[in-house]
Amino acid sequence: MTSMNDRILFEDVSKFYGEVLGVNRITLNIPPGVTTLVGPNGSGKTTLMNLMTGLVQPSSGHVSVLGLTPGDADRFFRQVGYCTQFDSFPRRLTGAEFLFDSLLLHGMSEGDAFRLAAEAIDRVRLGDAGLRRIESYSKGMRQKIRLAQAIAHHPRVLVLDEPLNGLDPMARAESLALFQELSRQGVHLVISSHILDEVDRISDRVVLITGGYIVAEGDIHEVRREVRDKPMQVLIRCDQPELLASRMFTANHCVEARLHADGKGVFLRTADIDEFYRLLNKIAVEGLVTIEAVAPADDDTLAIYQYLIGGDGSPS
Amino acid sequence: MKTERVDAIARSVRSQPWGLWWLQARRLVRMELRRNLFSWKAAWIYFLAFAPTAIILIHLLFESHPAYEISDDADVLAGIVQFYYIRLGVFFGCLGIFSRLIRGEMVERSLHFFLLAPVRREILLLGKFVAGSVSAVILFGGAVVADFALMYAGFGAAGREYVLNGPGLGQLEAYLAIIVLGCLGYGAVFLLLSMVLRNPTPAAMLVLGWEAINPVMPPLLQKVSVASYLRHLMPIHVPGQGIFALLTVQTEPVAGWRAALGLICLTILVLTYSCYRIRRLEIRYTTE
Repeated sequence: MTSMNDRILFEDVSKFYGEVLGVNRITLNIPPGVTTLVGPNGSGKTTLMNLMTGLVQPSSGHVSVLGLTPGDADRFFRQVGYCTQFDSFPRRLTGAEFLFDSLLLHGMSEGDAFRLAAEAIDRVRLGDAGLRRIESYSKGMRQKIRLAQAIAHHPRVLVLDEPLNGLDPMARAESLALFQELSRQGVHLVISSHILDEVDRISDRVVLITGGYIVAEGDIHEVRREVRDKPMQVLIRCDQPELLASRMFTANHCVEARLHADGKGVFLRTADIDEFYRLLNKIAVEGLVTIEAVAPADDDTLAIYQYLIGGDGSPS
Repeated sequence: MKTERVDAIARSVRSQPWGLWWLQARRLVRMELRRNLFSWKAAWIYFLAFAPTAIILIHLLFESHPAYEISDDADVLAGIVQFYYIRLGVFFGCLGIFSRLIRGEMVERSLHFFLLAPVRREILLLGKFVAGSVSAVILFGGAVVADFALMYAGFGAAGREYVLNGPGLGQLEAYLAIIVLGCLGYGAVFLLLSMVLRNPTPAAMLVLGWEAINPVMPPLLQKVSVASYLRHLMPIHVPGQGIFALLTVQTEPVAGWRAALGLICLTILVLTYSCYRIRRLEIRYTTE
């Protein structure tokens, strides 16, 4: 029971908007760490997040976060922060006033609310813009103030719907660094994003969703291994890539080889990763080629996205 | 067995964070008041409330006020409250104020900020209702007080005598009670309509029609009307003439306290149902 109280649980959850399917029979058990929701537009990512936070109610099934439900708002929203995609704010407020008002609703003292609002503005690097009206903000600044509002009360669970949208490369890197820092502090992060290669770097787990159904979920490397019908690609850095490629092709499981652009490595695609590594070890022991580094070349969310869902997983 | 159950319920009630809820409600009311009263969007409600005040001011400045006309002006003021404020001003003012509280936030796509705060949805709804009621009472109550003061200011000593030693202050109290109860009653109805319907205006027009024909309905149905309760609280009854006759129908007199209690019960009933509805409320801005 205690272990379940640090999880986000979806138990056979379905959501229909009239006759339109949102998500169907979702069962998920999300442990602490960084979890990325990946899927094309309209796949059900935002519906999952809205179900998690009570903005929509499940048609059937049950959702809980750390053992709490959104119906118990007093306790639930002290633990959960949600940075939505909705790009609108209460009118005529500065960024700081917006955060201050939000924090006052938690029931904290005005002094604490002021301190936490200033801290959140600092953490998202909004600077003096926090004292300007939100109406004058750029898209990136609005994204930052939304993020600041979600993290200001120090939640244990942070739900982020496309948090990198509208941010320039520098701000994206800052946000990712902040997510990593929050993760290190033990915050449970659930992120949906189209910018897969960036989010991939900080993710512990991935949930792939399309058409309202979960296609795969779990540790990124485990999910990749489970995709048995798609050959895996491995990059091997060595002194004689052509020779290595010809040796590896003697084995049936090797289906493709491509030299690296700098000529000092080779991408090999294999249908049997275990056999592949066994053969590679043998070649290394023989001393035929000097191997400097071996790394999976498509063991990431983007590759899994392409295999399981299709498309390029790039920002839309 | 029954005592144990009662004790358990009492314990459960006592263990609730009432202090926190009270604090959250107060802060919510403060925020909403700021937005209701100090916004350009509220300008038309100011106009609705103070249009009669402007007319009475012109009457004060440009017409003579012989003492024998005091009772005529008292009837005029009663007519303004009965036909303008209750039937139009408070009605449409409350429609504007209370439908903005939930539906307006939906249209502006900012309601989710409240639903993601650690505030029980019932507290949220009641806080918004109180804020709307206070805003409406400040505007329309303030307007009626101003109307009253300007109406009798021109009469000099006779006016002071009528207000301070005559029936004047009693009438003002009754008008204010009517305004407060009207704001609560219509506020609760429009808050619910704005939560249930995407566009509450057509339904509000039906309510307006219902209020007009309600006096000719059977006694039981008459209880489902805000104006029917308010009518019994009027200190001066002004018979309708011409088009106003459509807005007034003679009904059996009801004691003032019973009318006030009836309206408060109706308001509580509507708010209770609204609390049930807001627990199921979903954010679907794309369908707005």
